[in-house]
Amino acid sequence: MNQLNLEGTNKTPTISFHAETGTLEIKGRSIPENSVEFYAPLFLWIDAYVAQPKGDTRVLVQLEYFNTSSSKCLLDIFRKLEPLHQSAKSKVTVSWLYEEEDEDMMEAGDDYQTIVKLPFTVAKVIL
Amino acid sequence: MTDIFKTYSEMEQEDIILAFKGDVTQELLSSVYSIVESRLENDHEALRKKKKFYQVVVECLQNVYHHMEQPESSASKPAIFLIARGKDNSLHIMTGNFISIAKRDSLTTQIEKMNTMTGEELRAYHLDKLSSTQLSEKGGAGLGIIEIARKSGNKLDYRFDTISEQHAFFSLSVTVN
Repeated sequence: MNQLNLEGTNKTPTISFHAETGTLEIKGRSIPENSVEFYAPLFLWIDAYVAQPKGDTRVLVQLEYFNTSSSKCLLDIFRKLEPLHQSAKSKVTVSWLYEEEDEDMMEAGDDYQTIVKLPFTVAKVIL
Repeated sequence: MTDIFKTYSEMEQEDIILAFKGDVTQELLSSVYSIVESRLENDHEALRKKKKFYQVVVECLQNVYHHMEQPESSASKPAIFLIARGKDNSLHIMTGNFISIAKRDSLTTQIEKMNTMTGEELRAYHLDKLSSTQLSEKGGAGLGIIEIARKSGNKLDYRFDTISEQHAFFSLSVTVN
């Protein structure tokens, strides 16, 4: 297992998952009509990673736009990592970044923070 | 012949950004998002408002895409939508598509319920649905309509026209300030 790299498009985010360092980044926009299909390869990667995790797992989400079906997929990603964190095999942290003035994105991060059982920080992007 | 210039002038006067009737495909939607995005860019809309407009457009059109049905009279799943500028720099999105008549009552109940909710109540309702529902095969989780109501900040205007025993035509009109 090494890394998963998906180049972003105008409907899908750039995804890079470095299993070696335990870092997963999701950046850009996520508004595909078929979110489940789009996120399926990442779900498989996460399942494989969870079986052989690093001591620290860092997830970084920095989205400009995301649609509601992607919002569900993002939650599924976090849900897959909750047992890993609870098992103490890996310390999982999530950073949710939003652009200055993008209060809706900040609010979305705050909402995830309340329902996801992982250390979760919501912060403004420093340009 | 039909006076196309008259139609053009009327649409121009009503500040219609885009009008479409036909089959809604992923490729079509990609183009529509680009058109709307560049229009909002050209209008120098403030970031937050631009994002809100864009997201409502995406959710409204994906709502059509995920739920459109084929009526008996048609060989495809036709739909209609119109995106226009309104008074005080608002944005209007109107959509229409055929749906299974079985969905009519639950959709009516949900919209009526949301129309009585405050912004904070809608946020809590959305969060509850997000954490408790599963995505359907079509990729929806019933979250789209909630997000539309939240971002719109206005009551959702809608109607159903019964077409047959199986289908109704669902019209939704959303104003975003």
